[in-house]
Amino acid sequence: MQGGVPAPVPGYHNDGENTLKPTDISDPEYFHKVVDCQYACPSHTPVPEYIRLIAAERYTDAYMVNWESNVFPGILGRTCDRPCEPACRRGRVEKEPVAICRLKRVAADNKGAVEARMPKAPKRRNGKRVALIGAGPASLTVARDLAPLGYEIDLYDDQAKAGGMMRSQIPVFRLPPAVLDEETGYILDLGINRHFDTRVTSMKSVLERNYDAVFVGTGAPRGSDLDLPGRTEAAANIFVGIDWLSSVSFEHIHTIGRRVLVLGGGNTAMDCCRTARRLGGEDVKVVVRSEFDKMKASPWEKEDAMAEDIPIFNNHVPLEFVHRDGRLVGMSFDKVDVVYDDKGRRSLVSTGEPPVFFEADDVLIAIGQDNAFPWIERELGIEFGKWDMPVIDAVTFQSTLPKVFFGGDAAFGPKNIITAVAQGHQAAISIDLFLRGESVQARPAPGVTLVSQKMGVHEWSYDNAVVDDLRYKVPHVAKEVALKDLKVEVELGFDARAGLAEAQRCLNCDVQTVFKAAKCIECDACVDICPTECINFLMNDEEPALRGSLRAAATNLAQDLYVADGLTQTRRVMVKDENVCLHCGLCAERCPTGAWDMQKFFYNVTKAGQACTPSKQ
Amino acid sequence: MTYQKPSFRHPAAQVNELGYTRRDYEGSLSTLCAGCGHDSISAAIIEAVFTLPLEPHRIAKMSGIGCSSKTPAYFLGRSHGFNSVHGRMPSVTTGASLANRDLVYIGVSGDGDTASIGFGQFGHAVRRNLNMTYIVENNGCYGLTKGQDSATADVGSKNKKGAANPYEPIDLVSMAIQLGATFVGRSFSGDRQQLVPLIKAALTHRGFAFLDVVSPCVTFNNHEGSTKSYAFTRERIEATPLDFVPMREEIRTSYAAGATQEVCMHDGSVIRLHKQNDEYDIEDAQSALQAIAHHNKQGRVLTGLLYIDRDAHEMHEVLGTVRRPLNSLTEKELCPGTKVLDSINAGLR
Ligand SMILES: Cc1cc2nc3c(=O)[nH]c(=O)nc-3n(C[C@H](O)[C@H](O)[C@H](O)COP(=O)(O)OP(=O)(O)OC[C@H]3O[C@@H](n4cnc5c(N)ncnc54)[C@H](O)[C@@H]3O)c2cc1C
Ligand SMILES: Cc1ncc(C[n+]2csc(CCOP(=O)(O)OP(=O)(O)O)c2C)c(N)n1
Ligand code: SF4
Ligand code: SF4
Ligand code: SF4
Ligand SMILES: [Mg+2]
Repeated sequence: MQGGVPAPVPGYHNDGENTLKPTDISDPEYFHKVVDCQYACPSHTPVPEYIRLIAAERYTDAYMVNWESNVFPGILGRTCDRPCEPACRRGRVEKEPVAICRLKRVAADNKGAVEARMPKAPKRRNGKRVALIGAGPASLTVARDLAPLGYEIDLYDDQAKAGGMMRSQIPVFRLPPAVLDEETGYILDLGINRHFDTRVTSMKSVLERNYDAVFVGTGAPRGSDLDLPGRTEAAANIFVGIDWLSSVSFEHIHTIGRRVLVLGGGNTAMDCCRTARRLGGEDVKVVVRSEFDKMKASPWEKEDAMAEDIPIFNNHVPLEFVHRDGRLVGMSFDKVDVVYDDKGRRSLVSTGEPPVFFEADDVLIAIGQDNAFPWIERELGIEFGKWDMPVIDAVTFQSTLPKVFFGGDAAFGPKNIITAVAQGHQAAISIDLFLRGESVQARPAPGVTLVSQKMGVHEWSYDNAVVDDLRYKVPHVAKEVALKDLKVEVELGFDARAGLAEAQRCLNCDVQTVFKAAKCIECDACVDICPTECINFLMNDEEPALRGSLRAAATNLAQDLYVADGLTQTRRVMVKDENVCLHCGLCAERCPTGAWDMQKFFYNVTKAGQACTPSKQ
Repeated sequence: MTYQKPSFRHPAAQVNELGYTRRDYEGSLSTLCAGCGHDSISAAIIEAVFTLPLEPHRIAKMSGIGCSSKTPAYFLGRSHGFNSVHGRMPSVTTGASLANRDLVYIGVSGDGDTASIGFGQFGHAVRRNLNMTYIVENNGCYGLTKGQDSATADVGSKNKKGAANPYEPIDLVSMAIQLGATFVGRSFSGDRQQLVPLIKAALTHRGFAFLDVVSPCVTFNNHEGSTKSYAFTRERIEATPLDFVPMREEIRTSYAAGATQEVCMHDGSVIRLHKQNDEYDIEDAQSALQAIAHHNKQGRVLTGLLYIDRDAHEMHEVLGTVRRPLNSLTEKELCPGTKVLDSINAGLR
């Protein structure tokens, strides 16, 4: 029950030593954290902002909001690892989150002309030259951020086109080359000097060309191998997954055997098996050491693979490549149980059953990916540490040689595109600061605005109604069609109508509930109306006790409590659990005094060169 | 303007012993002015019924006319209800109760509805000890007709235009005790901690349970100079906290200072009163009236359970009515045959 206190009782206090301090909502990170998706996104894309633009059919604007932040909306709308979705608030009040990622694609698919809105390379350069090694998403992001500021950019890559692993690894049936060409094109058009088909073999020689700064975005190009009996004898039919995928992408490989085993449980394994199905593999199996739930692949990647008749065998540890007459005939595996010790550490223990044998014509090894920097001489001042990885500052992405910066998979090992982009933005800021002679540690503050959405007594300038619709499914082409042709894109994307309906599911978590205690008359109207029992007026206390005594216990510790003092009548505190607030605005509609207001919070990560120009949003 | 509350609930929303969540006891979205004390009382009724718990279909909400009388639309959306004529809720409830004594009757009225137009009806419902909970949402004005002073407005209390009320107020709790009500309490819409157990106790009481709840009208009577505003009431309130402990539950709360008095209800549940000091005897009408008058004189609003008579007979017992609701009587009971008729006729000779 709501802990009401009748009247100020003499001697009753609210300011015990360990009671929760009132929330400082002027700290941009407080409300930023409430926007779960944006907070979880490595480059902090303003998700609800672009979803509202989609709902308003302003696709081009939605695209540009994305482009500003994540550089590759069309690519990411198809391939992003989407850390935003597990974080989405909607997943805490119903079964599934908003299809944030696929809505990005809706913006990209339906946008109008964007060329005119893209930045241009300035007519006059600033005289500084920057080399970018590797043309993956990390380097391309650095190029996009620095070129408009007047830097001269030399972009090196050993492939014929820009895109890095987005082009060489991600299969065309997930990411059509046209989309890649378009979005890498917007960056190359900024007057970037392209040095493609050029493998950089010596950092020393790069440095000798007197660049003012060098960015290393060479990714994590080495696929792990599996040294088991039979590996050399059967080598002709055993491939390292990421090498095999790029050979397929560059059309050096067109076929594969009828029976294929794919080893590994990550997204690379999923791409290998699905590619194999399209190159003639009829009996394709994925074999994984771990349990199904512990596989690294995203749930949707596993679903898509299984939907293409690819079974996944879990808890099978590879023992041997079995070969006969110099030719691979299959592989044997040890079946294991997963055992956890009292410290929660996991080990795989053989069940003792006889080995399992699977026949195979070809095996694809997709068990991991490593960095390799054979081309960086070790005496240049670029320090290498554990696992022969360069020593990089996690905030500035600077190496121990001040003019050399790293980002993307090259900096801290293989991650994903959106992380590479986020790191590219940060590296670009550092390079710009460095070349302007400022400290790279002086990071620019985010651009933040907080604007009331009130339009009338009960009118808001955002659509505050909460719809019940369940997550819409993205339609796929028929399996028979998809499996026949590697180049057919499997996902069709939401059409505009489904896109609108899905967009309506967003809860507008950036429209914040802002409380002004001085206005509150403690009538409880907001407490009573709140559909998810977020609001409480009660005596302050230590956080654990307070969390336990709310109308609905605040057990999600990842979500903050919004605490406000200054209530004049009872001197209690207002405590709002942010966890499942629907941002429906009912509290503010119900409040007789306007003590609650719904205010749109816009959080924009400052990019290189933007720090001195205040945000226009 | 939002017309429909989102259907999502807190994932950890409590479920009561009957399997319902709080939201199962809600009604449609209130159309009262935002911040109205009446909405708070609706929420307290929901809380009380949810935690007792009662099944929604066992309850009938009865009301007259006024903002307060509109509120049954905003709580217990799955219960029965009858919105009657101004001041006529008591007689309609009397009829309903005679027809179906199994339902739990919650009457909601206003100070205008009860102390002016419905004053006569009110008195007779009390006198008959009608088995119901009768809640007056007392804002000292006619809210629905734009804030005229009501019969419970304190003398000198200023209306929104600044004019002072010239008349002495009718004190409804004293009136109810004098008329013989068997359960009388007073509370404040802004004191949920006291109001909810008080409503639970009233619902458990067998007979007429009367609650006068100060309920600020934010629009017409919440200004400086009003004696029924949030701020004024909070300043003047003299609250006796209480707990309602249902029969099955162990007693958990503990209050440090003062004396605790336990009142055992018919069904075995217990009301625990936490008095600041040993005041008066709530089972003695004279003592209660004195305490109320004493506080009134000092300009304090005494709240809590003020008076209880646990032994009185409610209307059905007095009248010796049939034990079952009329709608469950079959032809067999209604036409008992010649033999019974003959014996009745014989008795009349
Ligand atoms: C099979 C597979 C599927 C994937 N699917 C997804 C997905 O769906 N979604 C997602 O977000 N991420 C996915 N990833 C991960 C993602 O591709 C990478 O995290 C991302 O591309 C890293 O970007 P980057 O800019 O750091 O480097 P990369 O994209 O790896 O680009 C580095 C570039 O540098 C070039 N290069 C390397 N060394 C040199 C040199 N010495 N000289 C010149 N050029 C050089 C490389 O050829 C390459 O073109 C996948 C990875 C793989 C292997
Ligand atoms: C027979 C009759 N007379 C007069 C009215 C006009 N009228 C409607 S509500 C009301 C007063 C309501 O006051 P109260 O019961 O205190 O309710 P509140 O709106 O303050 O909650 C009056 C006089 C009426 N509806 N019916
Ligand atoms: S509901 Fe919308 S704003 Fe909230 S986390 Fe999900 S996508 Fe983001
Ligand atoms: S916006 Fe207000 S009423 Fe709506 S869920 Fe959040 S706190 Fe509750
Ligand atoms: S509705 Fe407004 S005035 Fe009433 S308690 Fe809530 S914040 Fe305070
Ligand atoms: Mg009234």
